[in-house]
Amino acid sequence: MADIAVAPRAKPQFREASAWDQLKHNRNWLGLWFMLPAMAFLIFFLAYPLGLGIWLSFTDTRIGRVGHFVATENYEWLWDDSIFWLSVFNTLLYTFLASAIKFAIGLYLALLLNENMPFKAMLRAMVLIPFIVPTVLSALAFWWIFDSQFSIISWSLKHLGLISQNINFLGDATWARICVIFANIWRGVPFVAITLLAGLQTVSPSLYEAATLDGATSWQNFRYITYPLLTPIIAVVMTFSVLFTFTDFQLIWAMTRGGPVNATHLMATLSYQRAIIAGQLGEGAAISSAMIPFLLAAIMISWFGLQRRKWQQGESND
Amino acid sequence: MTDLPASKVDLKTVLSTPARVDNSEGMSYLQSVPRRVVTLYLPLSIIVVILLFPFYWMALTSIKPDEQLIDLETYSPFWTWNPTFKHFYKLLFDSYYPHWLWNTMYVAVCATVLSIIASVLAAYAIVRLRYKGANLVGGLIFLAYLVPPSILFIPLATVVFQYGLFDSPMALILTYPTILIPFSTWLLMGYFKTIPFELEECALIDGASRWQILIKIVLPLAIPGLISAFIFCFTLCWNEFIYALTFLQSVSNKTVPVAIVNEFVDGDIYRWGSLMAGALAGSLPLVILYAFFVEHYVSAMTGAVKE
Repeated sequence: MADIAVAPRAKPQFREASAWDQLKHNRNWLGLWFMLPAMAFLIFFLAYPLGLGIWLSFTDTRIGRVGHFVATENYEWLWDDSIFWLSVFNTLLYTFLASAIKFAIGLYLALLLNENMPFKAMLRAMVLIPFIVPTVLSALAFWWIFDSQFSIISWSLKHLGLISQNINFLGDATWARICVIFANIWRGVPFVAITLLAGLQTVSPSLYEAATLDGATSWQNFRYITYPLLTPIIAVVMTFSVLFTFTDFQLIWAMTRGGPVNATHLMATLSYQRAIIAGQLGEGAAISSAMIPFLLAAIMISWFGLQRRKWQQGESND
Repeated sequence: MTDLPASKVDLKTVLSTPARVDNSEGMSYLQSVPRRVVTLYLPLSIIVVILLFPFYWMALTSIKPDEQLIDLETYSPFWTWNPTFKHFYKLLFDSYYPHWLWNTMYVAVCATVLSIIASVLAAYAIVRLRYKGANLVGGLIFLAYLVPPSILFIPLATVVFQYGLFDSPMALILTYPTILIPFSTWLLMGYFKTIPFELEECALIDGASRWQILIKIVLPLAIPGLISAFIFCFTLCWNEFIYALTFLQSVSNKTVPVAIVNEFVDGDIYRWGSLMAGALAGSLPLVILYAFFVEHYVSAMTGAVKE
């Protein structure tokens, strides 16, 4: 319909559409002009670097020195590198635990916030604050909270008589892992909760009323009404959550820098350390390229896993 | 028999009153107050306290005198009776902090404006011009959203170096849009789809060009979407860490998150006050912005996820 209108305004004499008119009015050309700025950014600073990164991982480039093609040498080197495998393990552990707990608490918080109560709007606004504040800055607050000498948690537990000595939160491998996972959950829960809450609000209350009249318990209400209707949005939220947790860098860098003895090194922090600090761009690029298959797998699992369930239930519309 | 009409009216009011209450309260009247306290208010307040405690701690640390920070026995650590602004003073007059704040603001505003312009054009073209392959391009842009900065920073560092942008704010202004454009394009596509086609058709019949339609009709109607996209992009820029850490070197050029992590962290046992003051001052602009635009913020977050 719009086509008719796009055509040059009716003029008394007929004239062949010139090339200039084509460029100005043809929707494909117009589309190209409109797309140009966005495409330029994405091609020069996203697609090209993505390819370049994979190429770099097959070279022995260092900072300040052009590399030569070394085939899969970087990957062979990493294959025998125990620190690399430790970082892979850490990343998987971190992603799995943090995402699972974030989802559980986020969903719970969303259900709580969906209830009617005084100061509802203000509470919802406050819950989102951890997500607004720059991650690095809140990670610094956690660094201080988990300080080995002046930790407020150690102090409180000591005064409650539960422990006798300060816990070395970020100096002990297990505690350090727990702390960074906790900080990640703390930051991620508001995002999960608020997006799921938006999904919950689209569920019609009459469904619950009908189910309650039929004698459904609140668990059945959740299991057979809320959860199925929420599945599509859960799939998307969790895909994003897994993706951002897997590639997390700033939280770890601000809190532990991968320490103690590499116990919290994720693949992203390890690649930064090898590539930028040690200057081995090729090796760093190999580590970050090694994240790509994991990322694809994570996206596939969380996306199709939940998508299929939606499809099995025969829900076609959203 | 005579009282029948009266009882009918009674029945009506009895039936309609709970229904009206129902609309405002949902089914919560089915639960008793003690039950609600245990199942709702208690867990909710625990979660909210945990979510907000780090900020309280940050703020408290930044105004505590140094000796109280490391002496947990003499003074109660949870409160202070003699606040000091020494740490903020040090931040403002004894460090590059104002520079860093300015850098962050400058980079965030420029990158956001660039990305919004590019995304408005792209989103309009995808949704309304529907050129050949528009759906494919839309899908590709969504995929670009899923490419995380932590696998791009190494090659981007070499690219930035080649283009001679290393250690300049331009490096960030040009690379941040790769994070922002996919997100805001996707968000704006959602907004543009809600604008009725008929308005544009009318304008076309009246002889408006596509450009005029975009500027005079579509954009004014999409202002809520633009605000959402702008605020969210601004926050993402402010939050960005790994690019700023990699591409900037000189102390005065850094952005707040990077500078605090690198320049304030030294062996000094008294560093905590100024560190927390820096973290607080770096978060406040975003929190204030957020307080004014909560709805836009939430709609940006959920809008991008819903699509």
